[in-house]
This record gives sequence, structure tokens and C-alpha cells, in this order.
Amino acid sequence: MAVDFSFDKLPDCAEWTFDYLEKYKQQIDRVAKFYGLDTYPNQLEMITSEQMMDAYASVGMPIGYNHWSFGKRFLQTQQNYMRGHMGLAYEIVINSNPCITYLMEENTLTMQALVMAHASYGHNSFFKGNYLFQTWTEADSIIDYLLFAKNYIHQCEQTYGINEVEATLDACHALMSHGVDRYKRPQKMSLAKELEQQQERELYLQSQVDQLWQKLDNNNTERDKQSSNERIFPESPQENILYFIEKNAPLLTPWQREIVRIVRKTAQYFYPQKQTQVMNEGWACFWHYTIINHLFDEGLLTNKFMLEFLHHHTSVINQPAYNSPQYTGINPYALGFSMYSDIRRICEHPSDEDKEWFPQLTGSNWLEAVKSAMQNYKDESFISQYLSPHLIREFKFFELVDDDKQNHIEVTSIHNDKGYQKIRTALAKQYDLSHIEANIQIINADIEGDRSLTLEYIPQNNVNLADTKDEVIKHLHYLWQFDVNLVTQDKEMYTQILSHCPEELEP
Amino acid sequence: MAVFIDKRLNAKNKSMANRQRFVRRYKSQIKHSLAESINRRKVTDHQSDEDVSISKKDLSEPTFKQGEGGIKQRIYPGNDQFSEGDKIPRPKTSQGTGTGESGASDSGVGEDDFIFSISADEYLNLLFDDLELPNLQFNQVDKLIDYKTVRAGYCNEGAIANIDIVKSLQGSIARRMVMTSDKRKQLKHCQQQLVLLEQKNEDQSAAKIQLTEKIAILKDKIAKVPFIDTFDLRYRNYDKQTIPSSKAVMFCLMDVSGSMVQATKDMAKRFYILLYLFLTRNYKTINVVYIIHHTQAKEVDEQNFFYSKETGGTIISSALKLLYQIIKKRYNSKDWNIYVAQASDGDNWQDDTPKCYQLLANKILPIIRFYSYIEINNNEPKSLWLEYQRLIDKYPHFTMRQITEVADIYPVFRDLFKKTANINAGWGQYGR
Repeated sequence: MAVDFSFDKLPDCAEWTFDYLEKYKQQIDRVAKFYGLDTYPNQLEMITSEQMMDAYASVGMPIGYNHWSFGKRFLQTQQNYMRGHMGLAYEIVINSNPCITYLMEENTLTMQALVMAHASYGHNSFFKGNYLFQTWTEADSIIDYLLFAKNYIHQCEQTYGINEVEATLDACHALMSHGVDRYKRPQKMSLAKELEQQQERELYLQSQVDQLWQKLDNNNTERDKQSSNERIFPESPQENILYFIEKNAPLLTPWQREIVRIVRKTAQYFYPQKQTQVMNEGWACFWHYTIINHLFDEGLLTNKFMLEFLHHHTSVINQPAYNSPQYTGINPYALGFSMYSDIRRICEHPSDEDKEWFPQLTGSNWLEAVKSAMQNYKDESFISQYLSPHLIREFKFFELVDDDKQNHIEVTSIHNDKGYQKIRTALAKQYDLSHIEANIQIINADIEGDRSLTLEYIPQNNVNLADTKDEVIKHLHYLWQFDVNLVTQDKEMYTQILSHCPEELEP
Repeated sequence: MAVFIDKRLNAKNKSMANRQRFVRRYKSQIKHSLAESINRRKVTDHQSDEDVSISKKDLSEPTFKQGEGGIKQRIYPGNDQFSEGDKIPRPKTSQGTGTGESGASDSGVGEDDFIFSISADEYLNLLFDDLELPNLQFNQVDKLIDYKTVRAGYCNEGAIANIDIVKSLQGSIARRMVMTSDKRKQLKHCQQQLVLLEQKNEDQSAAKIQLTEKIAILKDKIAKVPFIDTFDLRYRNYDKQTIPSSKAVMFCLMDVSGSMVQATKDMAKRFYILLYLFLTRNYKTINVVYIIHHTQAKEVDEQNFFYSKETGGTIISSALKLLYQIIKKRYNSKDWNIYVAQASDGDNWQDDTPKCYQLLANKILPIIRFYSYIEINNNEPKSLWLEYQRLIDKYPHFTMRQITEVADIYPVFRDLFKKTANINAGWGQYGR
């Protein structure tokens, strides 16, 4: 049986060349097509570790506006990397059309092959296929938009000074996670249109704001009539704080409004990534594993290559236990990879338990099944739909409840019959952004009175808001420029002030 | 399909602008960190990068986050011992129930300082930010005034005195060659014809006469081309160049008498480093002259300056005398910006102190830019200090400070060179 195909095998030396990469790329491409992975065209860019750190620092955006926080991130990464505290990401991939993958020069040939399969086919097909990305991001125009944003902010710096722009950006960044539309689809925009509309938008927005706030001065009689009706603005609570600021802040200058909009749009672009960490990384891992194994089965890869590949693969999908010093939470690569592999297992070799839990999966086409799982879910729903008892046992998941009213932390469920469903639900909730992020809404802007802005924090499970709130409120005050209050309702439904800016003098 | 793009040679420092923004924003914290670092640095080590640390608290970017309290539910992997219903004592750090990502701060490393390195250049920039050399403005005026005239090729117009005869004649020859070449050809041709006719011995006098006439006309025409034309004239061109007056000399005067221990010398040394680094930023060329003294003064090299084993009593005026001699001999105060830093523990031979005053007031201070006296001493000031104090009012470019420990050095330095509006306004009169 031991036929040596080595003359047919792909090269397995440590040093890569563009020639070798091309060979691997062709093979990987062939296998990906065999499995019907639908991707954007690929653009692979070879960069140095230093450039990788640059890319890293700007949250993986190929083009970004300048801000000190990106500089901080760069210095942090550089320092950690140089002192050997961390390895760099092997790859960065950008949700754009064509899909750009950065490969790092220092990687071995095996790593490059792994990265191409992982990023250029795994992540790439996820970007193209997942419904959130399809609905919320614009792969065709993102690079153009980022370029527009960079230039616009640069211009603002030239005209209005770095300090002013920096303060505005700082304020926007503080509110960035509260600057996304969770339910409404943003309109599609091309750069050309964006540019065309920008001037117009400036004028229009300002006129709207002016109109809104002019009510204070005109029509006193009408105002009296209305105030007796306790007119409330906004009519319903607003959770997209940056959007509200962009449209309604009374004293923002037009260029500041545009910057708020840029940060808001950037936040929106990254929002699907936040919601699909487990799925996206898991999908990429599943495919680099499947594709490379496919090539190995065809006899194209040497054992040497395969051993190195498996070494990298296993370290990427390693999940340390809760009491290990390496534990830093649940590894999205590990969970995601295991779940897609598990779906395939259930389709191909279902146990009795699986038949009971996943009747629709057992015996079905595994390729269809994993694709459908990739396309139609986000982390939260993916887990609540597909996490099997088999995996819960494998991960030895358990649930802790920490109630500050109790003296002890309680183990509420473990990986047994009674616990499966509860663990699945609880883990899904852990990835629900609306659950993780503090629920804060704008409930009132006093347009007819002192122009103060009031936000309400609605706690879940009695969890308090962290102390950083005061600083954030200061930033919000910078944008709004009149009093900003953050309130919450206690158990007796009395309103309590959590934070206020400007700080009131002690009586 | 060209899919691979080699971007390795593309712009590297994409984050440079962001990095600069960062440094700009945290300048004061970075400066604070640098002030501490100057005390650790070696004399010779001017070119290395420097680590800077900033408290992480200062760098935070606040967002709304869920905090303490309430009921928190969390899933963990790797159960090895728990059964449903187990009650576990709450860990002392209430972190255990936080989000997984912040788990790193469990072990108390979360509040570490943020450390990064800046380049030697940035280091110096920040170190001396907001500082200025005393009287630098005066120097800049100098720079504009001093010109040196240098030859700079030739030009077509100029003063008669600057005509370059050789160059002009070269032009004239060339012009005449060009203007007459056609006629010379004809002339040559005619002369050849004439010779041929004469050789034939036939009587062709009519033709001969004709040729001779033609030759005469041609010769005349050639002769009429002017020997020199204004067009040929070339003038020597001169250009004014500014002479950089940014030359400085720094005198390091150190007391090596018995009372100056190594630690005291080290402190003096640190002050000299700062001054040296600072001066190199403002002057292209900087000379350093080292003078040590006990009862006698002598000029030494850097090595001997810092590690000299000599010792003895103290006569400070000996050093000042030597300083004055060297200036007179080698450093004309018109060309050199002279800086003096003197370090001593203040002990001096009683009779000598008035001499020091005389030397400084009458000879030295009028011809130098800046004099700083550093007394390294943690006791009451000595007689020299009191004597020197009398100089302060009269000479604003004379300064003195007391240093008691290493940590004083940088603040004292900053204090000496801090930007002040016109503190040395009256100084110009001593300048030349």
C-alpha cells in the first residue's frame, strides 16, 4: 500500500515563496469550490510584522483616521510583541469586496497555507454568506468610506485644530457601542453618493436642529399650551445615542455632526462582527481544518506539513479549564469550531441522543446543514439552536450564579440531563449583546426648558452601572453642551440620579 | 488572476501619526516619567531609546459598562469537581464573576503601568520641551548679520572691477571664430586659387588681379569683426553667504578637592550631561572644555574629568583664571557662544573668594553667554555662595542653584532654562 506520491506533493519547507504560495492557493481554491464555498474575490497581501502591528492597532481597518487611542494600541501591541508576551495574529482579514487578507512575512509556509484556508475562504465566505453581514455591511464600499472618513477628519484637523477634533472623537468613542441601530437596516450608500450628499446633509441637519430649538423663542402662546400637555421629546426612548446627538444636539457645529456620523457608521460596520465572533472564527477554523485534511487525504501534503499544521490548529482551538492560569474566558475559536464539527457529526453519525435533540439534522446533508447554520444565525441564536449535550459534556460546562445578596456563589447546573437545556440557554444569553451591554436610553431632551438631556439606565438582574459612567457622561455633555443627567428607577419606582454633568456644587 | 500583492516595502509607519498623537496627548505624563529616567541614564548614553511608563488609569477610554452587584449568571468550561447545588465561597477579589475578558486582572496585574519606548530624538525633544537657551534670540540675530562673500561662477553683468579678462577673451575668440568662419573659408579658397595660377606660369593677370582684390576685401571684412564686444564680457560673480554663528563652547569646571566625593561628582556630571544635550540641540558645533581644580587648575579630557584621582585643598580662582586664559586664547567671544557650568561643594579658601568675585565680575561674565554655578551641598551655603550672590542682580545671565540630591538635578535644570519672557532683556550690553 505504501506508495510514495512525494513527487506529487506540495512543498513542505519552512520558507515560503510566492511560487509555493500560488501552488497552495490553487489547491485550496479547488477544494473550497468542491465544497461550494461562496466567496468574494481574494486579494492576498504580504506584509511585515511591523505593518501587521499597524493594522492591528487600527482595529484591522486598512485605512483609518488618526486618533491617539490607535497610537496607544499600537504601542501596546509593539511592546508586548517585542517582549515576547504575545504572538501576533497570524492574519487579518477585511470584510470588503475584494476580500483583503494580510499574510505576515514571518509565517512559515504551513502557516501561510493555514491562513489562506482560514481567512481567504473561511472568513471570506462567512462575510459573504451570513445574513447579518449581508444586511448591515457594505463590502463594496467600505474601503471608500473609510478613506472618505480619514480625509474628512484630516481636513477638520487642519481647519479647526487637532484638539477640538480629538475631543469630539474621544466623546464619540466613549459612546460608540451606543451608536448602532440594532433593528433598523441602514440605507445603502456609495461613496460618490455620500460625498454628494454630505454638504446637503450638513445644511439640512443644521436647519432641522435650528427649527427644533427655535420653538423656545417663537410662539410663546403655543409653547404655553404645549407645556401644559407635558410634551415629551423624543416621543419614544432612543437607544442610539450617537444618532440622537447627530440629529438633535443644539450646539454641535456641522463638521462635528459629520464626525459623530462617521464614528456611528464605523460602529455600525463592526456591529455584525461583535455579534458573530464564535460563528465567524468557528467557521474559519472548521474550513481550514476541512480543506487541509481534504488535501492530505488526496496525498498532496507531507506528514511533516501535516504535523506542523495540527500543532497550530490544536493550539488555536485549545480551551483551558476555568481553573487554569491560561483561562481567559470561553475561546470563541474552540466553541465555534467544535459546534460546526458537531453539526457535521450529528448529520453523519448521530447518536440516539442527537436524534432526540436534533431530529432535523440527523441524516441530512452535512454541507447543507453547516452552511445553513452559518448563514442564518448570530452567536446567541446559533448557540441556543445548535449546542448539543454531546458538546456540553465535552466542554464540561457548568453554570455559576453569583447573587450579591447571598454569601455563596452557587453551581446551578452542570453537564447532565437536567442541566443541558439550562446551560444552552444561559450560554446563548452570554452572547446576546443586548444583554451584555448596559441598557441606556435617552428618555428626555428638555427642548422647551433648560435644554437638559436625560438618560435612563435600565438594570438587568440588579447589576449596577460601572464607575466609568461619570466619565462617559462628561463626554456626552461635551457633545450636548447643556446639562446631562443619567437616572435609574429604584424598586419603588422612584427616579434616582446616577450621574450628572456638569457636577453640581455641594450644597 | 494576480492575487498576491507584496506590500512589505510599502509605507511602514502607518501608525506613526497615531503614535505622535498619543505622545502629544500624554506629554506631561511622559515628561514626568523622563524626569525620573534622567537620573538613571549614563553620561555617554545619549543615543539609546528610553522606556516611558504611564499609569494605566490615565489612559482609559471610558464606556458604559455593567459593574458590581446584582445577580450574575455565567458559564464556565472544564468542570472537575462541582455538582448541581454546590455552594462556593466567593473569591476575595470579586472579579470571578466578571466577564471572561477581564479575567486577566484577577492576579492584580491589571493596574500595571503602561510602558513603551520612545526614540532618543523624541526623548530629547520632550526632555527639553519648553526650555530655551538663555540669550538664544540674540544669537539668532547674529546669524542674520554675519555674511561671508564667496565666489559663485560668472555672470554677464556687473561692475567693471569684476571683469574677468581671461573669461571675456575666451568669449571673444569664440565669437570671432563663429562670425568669420565663412569668410575664412572663402579666403583660404581664394589664396589657393592664386597659388595655382602662379604655378601655371601663364599670363592671367586679369584673374590674378581679381583674386587679389577679393582676398583684400575678405581680409578687410575679417578684420572688421570687433576684437571684443560687450557681449563677450564676463564678470566674476559673488554671493553672500551667512556664516553660522551657531558655535558654542561649554566649559565644565569641577572642584576635585578632598571634600568632593564620587557621589558629588556624579551629581555634577548629570548636570553637565543635561547641559551638553541641551546645547547640542541648539548648536551645530559644540566644544567641551573640562577644567578641574583643587589648589591648582588644569585642563583635562573627559575621562580624567570624571575619574580623576587628584585631590587637595581648594583655590577656586585658579580655575577661573584658567578659564579666562583659555577663552582669550582659543574662543573669541565674537565667534563662540560661551557657556560655563561650575560645580563645587562650596568650600573655598577664605582669602580666595573675593578674587573669584573680581574675576567673574570684571573679566569672565562680560564675555560669555551663560554661567551657572551649582553648589552640591546639603548644609548651609558657604562663603562662596554668599559672595556669588552679589553677582546675580548685576548679571542676569549668572545663575546659581543648590542641589542636595540626584532628584534635584532635572528640576533645577528646568528651572534654570525655563522659557521666560525677556528675563535676559538687559543682557545684550554685555555681549560684545
